[in-house]
Amino acid sequence: MSELLRRYGATLSGLFVLLTAFWLLVLVILPYIYLFENSFRPYLPITEVGGPKDVYSLDNYLTFFRSSIHIKVFFSTIVYSSVVTVLCFCIAYPLAYYLSKVAKNAIVPSLFLLLMIPLWVSEILRSFAWFIILAFKGPLNYGLLGLGIISDPIRWLSGFRGIIIGFVYTYVLFMLFPLYNAIQSLDTNQIEAAQDLGSPWWRTHWRVILPHAKPGIASGSVMVFMLSAGSILVPTLLASTTSRWFTEIIQQWMFESQDWNTGSAYAFLLLLLCTVFVSVVMRIFRVRLSDIAK
Amino acid sequence: MKGSVELDGVSADFGNFRAVDKVTVSIKPGEFFSFLGPSGCGKTTILRMISGFVTPSEGSVRIGGQDVRNIRPNKRPTVLIFQNLALFPLMPVWENIAFGLEVRGVGKAARRAKAEELLKLVDLPGAADKAITQLSGGQKQRVAIARALAVEPAVMLLDEPLSALDLKLRQHMRAELRAIQKRTNVTFIYITHDQGEALAMSDRVAVMSQGRLQQVAVPQDIYNRPANGFVASFVGENNIFAGTIESRSGGSALFKTGSGTFKASLGPGINGATPVKLYVRPEQTRLLEAPPQGTNSIPVTVADVAFEGNFINIHVENGEGHHFTVETRNDGTARVPLRGSTMSMAFDPEHAIVLADESGIQGRSA
Repeated sequence: MSELLRRYGATLSGLFVLLTAFWLLVLVILPYIYLFENSFRPYLPITEVGGPKDVYSLDNYLTFFRSSIHIKVFFSTIVYSSVVTVLCFCIAYPLAYYLSKVAKNAIVPSLFLLLMIPLWVSEILRSFAWFIILAFKGPLNYGLLGLGIISDPIRWLSGFRGIIIGFVYTYVLFMLFPLYNAIQSLDTNQIEAAQDLGSPWWRTHWRVILPHAKPGIASGSVMVFMLSAGSILVPTLLASTTSRWFTEIIQQWMFESQDWNTGSAYAFLLLLLCTVFVSVVMRIFRVRLSDIAK
Repeated sequence: MKGSVELDGVSADFGNFRAVDKVTVSIKPGEFFSFLGPSGCGKTTILRMISGFVTPSEGSVRIGGQDVRNIRPNKRPTVLIFQNLALFPLMPVWENIAFGLEVRGVGKAARRAKAEELLKLVDLPGAADKAITQLSGGQKQRVAIARALAVEPAVMLLDEPLSALDLKLRQHMRAELRAIQKRTNVTFIYITHDQGEALAMSDRVAVMSQGRLQQVAVPQDIYNRPANGFVASFVGENNIFAGTIESRSGGSALFKTGSGTFKASLGPGINGATPVKLYVRPEQTRLLEAPPQGTNSIPVTVADVAFEGNFINIHVENGEGHHFTVETRNDGTARVPLRGSTMSMAFDPEHAIVLADESGIQGRSA
């Protein structure tokens, strides 16, 4: 703080602190508090707001537990977010290993650039592009038919397929970067030492590289999982009639029913339940929060 | 034959850079063999070619008589001890040691027993369940050696494993390593830039510079009969005189320098064409009040005296401004000359050796 004052003087330092405080308080914390408070109040006609019926209760939260459909949607959201996380790991791990330990230093920046370029396009456009690619009479089916790999076109956008493909594509880099950093920090001598002691490649990965990369795997997984479970865009664009995502229910409460109270309660429930789920998984894999922060 | 290592005209190129240049050497089973040289001389690359992490660009490597060209590192009968040891920090000590056995499908109980046994061998009993981070530098060293011995290699490759230790521990580990090597009778190939280490531990030493072997010999011969000027100046100290051979007869010669003409012995492979210099070890020189009869001497002025305890280093200079060192053993009665006094530095012809001047090639860095 004194360093800040010395560098920029009182006026500028004050401005920085004020702007940061404004952003944090007004744009982040206050809206949350507002929604949190509302989530405990009933949805009432405007004339009755503040009246005798406007009391705090857990009713909005209990609505979720009383609806078997919503519980089912919640669990499929958890299950398919997990599937997305595992798929992202399967794709990102070999790539991260290649980038950090195999590829020559000179080409790594170019490879990263190639990976980043798709990120420059907005998520909406990317998801919509997949909508076109995966369409029943779209280019993917056309190509696969043309190559003779399949004999009948596949309904890519039925069930959760479209959502999974869209999520993996959108979030795989969030898995790649922490993994890359984790593997990068492993002393290459350790890999060579394992080989030198006779270890085949898979055991070197299992016993030396994967344990070292665990914090990276954990933080990548938490990010991909939370982003997937909380995303609304990909499910809206790539969902089918049989795939409902929990965020869509929140959106329905808020924008179709105009019931912000129940919507807020659902949003906080999603956050809470996902946090519980992630904590349990972390406990199972013996990952500590401090590992992820590294 | 198990445990022998033969390098036959082996070279290694990295792009345009030739790290190792046509090295041929034959290492006997059970030998303690050192590659000695300044950093960047290619000695680590040689080690990595033997262990299989670097493929020679020409020549062949044979281990136990078998050409290992197409054998991957994990299938070679060699184990490398890395300079930074490369212990696995996430495994406890015993799992580190037993890793090679785990790979070979040995059961857990047997692995544990073998690890305990090796820990006794390297004098670290009771450390089996410790974490690697709990160990001191010397203890890590021992664990690395135990981990390597666990797979019963025919050849153990050591890449400056003592360089991270402090002086006392280093000297202790030298003796320890040597003892372990004799006990296990495994071929040790040792890489170092520390001449003391190489001379003290090895059965034979190969001195390297700029990717080339300069001399392969037993330690005494490396020191007493250096093959060329590089070996002479890299191993131990020397007083060096520039000059030319005036005349030669048999193994001796008259060597003409700016400070006078000296009687000298000819080193190996000296013909008229090679540029040469005269090398005299500081401990083979002595300071006298008056010029002696029948041996070489030059008048010098005492510039500085360094009392080292067991010996005394006297730095002198002659009229042309050349600096020399005279080393005298401290037998308790040695007189220390006064700074500024004029004396004679004397040395005998058999200890003044004319060698090919290779000191120019020393300048390349890593």
